[in-house]
Amino acid sequence: MIDKFIDTAQAALADVPDGATVMIGGFGNAGMPAELIDALVAHGARGLTVVNNNAGNADTGLAALIAAKCVRKIICSFPRQADSWHFDKAHRAGELELELVPQGTLAERIRAAGAGIGAFYTPTAFGTKLAAGKETRRIGERDYVLEYPIHADYALIKADRADRWGNLTYRMTARNFGPIMAAAAKCTVAQVRETVPLGALDPEVVVTPGIFVKRVVRIAPLGKAA
Amino acid sequence: MKKFDRRQIAARVARDIPEGAYVNLGIGLPTLVADHLPRDREIVLHSENGVLGIGPRPAKGMEDEDLINAGKEPVTLLKGGAFFHHADSFGMIRGRHLDYCVLGAFQVSVAGDLANWHTGAPDAIPAVGGAMDLAVGAKNVLVMMEHLTKDGKSKIVERCSYPLTAARCVNRIYTDLAVIDVKADGLHVVDMVEGLSFEELQRLSGVPLRRMATAA
Repeated sequence: MIDKFIDTAQAALADVPDGATVMIGGFGNAGMPAELIDALVAHGARGLTVVNNNAGNADTGLAALIAAKCVRKIICSFPRQADSWHFDKAHRAGELELELVPQGTLAERIRAAGAGIGAFYTPTAFGTKLAAGKETRRIGERDYVLEYPIHADYALIKADRADRWGNLTYRMTARNFGPIMAAAAKCTVAQVRETVPLGALDPEVVVTPGIFVKRVVRIAPLGKAA
Repeated sequence: MKKFDRRQIAARVARDIPEGAYVNLGIGLPTLVADHLPRDREIVLHSENGVLGIGPRPAKGMEDEDLINAGKEPVTLLKGGAFFHHADSFGMIRGRHLDYCVLGAFQVSVAGDLANWHTGAPDAIPAVGGAMDLAVGAKNVLVMMEHLTKDGKSKIVERCSYPLTAARCVNRIYTDLAVIDVKADGLHVVDMVEGLSFEELQRLSGVPLRRMATAA
């Protein structure tokens, strides 16, 4: 019997090794797998490469992971925020490498990894600092930059509902990076608001099919203990 | 001369967005355009984080943290709205499906080069977000900015001194002084604020401007 449900976030991340590449879903608080990130901080793996749209806010979530010195490198599109002080400090101290990627290129590099694409040409960033040193090509009337996929060892994402096969639905803009990160990682761990029996999810509305998901942890919303 | 304030620039941009358009409003100043879109036009707003059909701001207490725009502000969804993942969202942008995007800018060159993501200062932490994708992808790139820097220099320049977001991408510039089209043969002044002469605008801008054929 396939059963991807795991009782705790800690158990779901117990095998993350030092030096792993970890994708973390979410855009702002929407879709951010807060409890999984907390568990990763507690787990204590070091030298991680983290892929996220941002580089952490205030003192929780990804910012806490940076503050705990677990992260060696961040691949993201928008690190600078009014409250990104943990990133700013570690980056300026030379302890945290930054690979800055245009947001659409970041999304497509993640998508390409999950879809088995070896590389792709995008018009974004042609002629800018962010394409410096990269291979370019003129196709038709436009100039393009060659970009490579981003593969990950783990993806930590937040979805809304899941069954034991790992089929997922999402809620509104919390979907953001979830579906593409799920496909790009060897081991995708989803935290969900609700788990349901097999067959309860309408197959027409499943967004991430279970083939992309290895582990599911139910995190009850605040005030609704399991 | 009476300069436009930010709301007036936003209202002037909104006037030019036609019925049926799919539009992305960049974070910051361009977000104001949403408040001025004519109510009798059906215009679909897109946000990079994966939503089409953004409605007005939610009433206080009605915010939902799962329903936000690219500026991470709470929004609402109109009837007919849709959610999609990030790669689809940027596929829409790069794939030339958006009719308009409205972006802020540090500088725009006479050729339509845009600089809006990085001041180039050595200690600055850069952040690019979706700006480069929007600049190369939208069918019409509209820029909204103040005409002059705080120390009175023109933000419309011969060549951008700040790092580029994209080359030759801007179609129209809206400032607190004028509306200017970027065309193959140079900059054409479409509109000016009341009491400003073409000669004065030319002097302040410091780059060659042409009068629109239809302008008085």
